[in-house]
Amino acid sequence: MGVIRRTGMFILQVNPILCDGFGHCAELAPELVHLDEWGYPIISKEPVPMADLGSYESARYAERGCPRQALHVAKVNSPAPVSNVPLNLPRPARAVSRERRPL
Amino acid sequence: MIEPGTLPRLFAGVTNRPLSLEEHERVFQPADNVASLLEELEASGLVGRGGAGFPTTRKVDLLRQQRGHKYVVVNGMEGEPAAHKDNRLLSTNPHLVLDGAEMLAQMIGASRIAICVARDNPTVVNHVERAIHERARRNLRGPGIDLHTPPWRYVAGEESALVHWLDDNESLPQYRPGRPHILRIGRGPVLVDNAETCASVGLIGRYGAQWFRSLGTAEHPGSVIVSITGAVARPSVLEVNLGTRISNILATADADTSPQAVLLGGYGGAWLRGDQINTPYSNESLEQFKLSVGAGIIAVLPREACGIAEAHRVVRWMAHESARQCGPCAFGLPALAEDLLAVVRGGHDGVAALTRLQDRCGIIEGRGACRHPDGVVRFVRSSIEVFAQDIDSHLRGAPCAGARSKQRFLTVPALEHEEDLIWE
Ligand SMILES: Cc1cc2nc3c(=O)[nH]c(=O)nc-3n(C[C@H](O)[C@H](O)[C@H](O)COP(=O)(O)O)c2cc1C
Ligand code: SF4
Ligand code: SF4
Repeated sequence: MGVIRRTGMFILQVNPILCDGFGHCAELAPELVHLDEWGYPIISKEPVPMADLGSYESARYAERGCPRQALHVAKVNSPAPVSNVPLNLPRPARAVSRERRPL
Repeated sequence: MIEPGTLPRLFAGVTNRPLSLEEHERVFQPADNVASLLEELEASGLVGRGGAGFPTTRKVDLLRQQRGHKYVVVNGMEGEPAAHKDNRLLSTNPHLVLDGAEMLAQMIGASRIAICVARDNPTVVNHVERAIHERARRNLRGPGIDLHTPPWRYVAGEESALVHWLDDNESLPQYRPGRPHILRIGRGPVLVDNAETCASVGLIGRYGAQWFRSLGTAEHPGSVIVSITGAVARPSVLEVNLGTRISNILATADADTSPQAVLLGGYGGAWLRGDQINTPYSNESLEQFKLSVGAGIIAVLPREACGIAEAHRVVRWMAHESARQCGPCAFGLPALAEDLLAVVRGGHDGVAALTRLQDRCGIIEGRGACRHPDGVVRFVRSSIEVFAQDIDSHLRGAPCAGARSKQRFLTVPALEHEEDLIWE
């Protein structure tokens, strides 16, 4: 998988025209996506620090798992607020394991 | 030469038929004080008249940095049912718009100009066609001008939908993740400007920035064309000095001068309460109410009308006009319209619908590919705020007289069957 960059931020973006509301993304990245009453993803527009590995991996899973290829993990170039991002984050509550995920 | 500080400017010398090229050149004789178009445009402080109110120089600068076969697109679609300004401008003086478009093309180095007028308006299409022929006969040098006639839809006037139509014959908005986004026809970058913006550029290119600034306010200079509808004797189109009090504009147009509220900026805009109509009509004064001049629409709602019933009609139509590409817009807007209907009907359902309406506004906002749902959300929020009293009486089961009467004031086109909607 190569070296994972731990600096910078990312946003998960959805192309609303392509998205068909199947809702796979909410299963693949529950910490980033929740669904509205019609089944379309609501994703926060706030950048997430790359150092939050669990979220980043989920975002990549969702990007690859979206049947309409509507998701995109965009790297935000703004310098990361280093001070308030502890690099040794506690493990996410929901363990990131490959077995539990399709793809 | 038009004297500085006088009106009409855009409508100078109009008769009841479009000005021919000769008449146009007689009325708008150029003054020899414009050395550099770009500097004059920057100094003029012109902001777009199509709705977004974005400074035109910034768009021009952005396009100047691009390379390739560039286009200037003149947006004369007039998507708002309450607006008539672009149609009026194009059918009184199309040459002024074309002049401005040629100047913009010269500034960004564009090789073609596409002027878009909805095909539902054959008279305007004819006038523009004739004007283009007139120019071709006189063999004016410069970029070629083509007329394009997309179908009339509310979102067809949105800039990415317009460019999509020119590029691929579909009036559907495009997804633009990062802004500013350069729209393209094929690989060529495109500058989209409203017809009135082009006409103002035409004036600035002739008489200079200082002349242009002799009307309007410091931050929002020039004159603007407003379409006045609603509680008026006759819907009218006026050219006004920016910074004129709204009450004075209403008086000039023979409209109801003590209205319940006025809708500014079209159906994606917001309401100004009747006791605030002494505000000057310019972006800097309207900012305190989170309003803007937008596309120059003033829809007057008289005291006897039911604001919330009118809002429901508008939202239902706007929901119908969604391009149905994005879920939150295709499902969310009809849901807003249904909630509004429940509020109009009142009772227990109405109370629940009101809270749901507010939640749904927050959910829908900013989740479409274009700004259509955002405009509807702004309209709904402002209706809830401004007609709070009306809503209250509806929810208590005692709607105002206006709700029971059949008279409605805002122009809303009839809904078409979904399968009859034409997008190409
Ligand atoms: C849903 C929607 C509909 C629009 N319809 C029109 C329209 O009919 N005519 C127009 O000139 N601009 C319309 N606009 C604004 C254009 O997208 C664009 O901002 C404008 O043409 C830019 O020109 P300007 O810089 O001269 O204002 C619309 C925008 C939206 C979001
Ligand atoms: S997985 Fe893709 S298509 Fe499905 S809801 Fe999420 S973004 Fe939309
Ligand atoms: S937001 Fe609505 S109008 Fe805009 S592209 Fe999406 S579906 Fe069409």
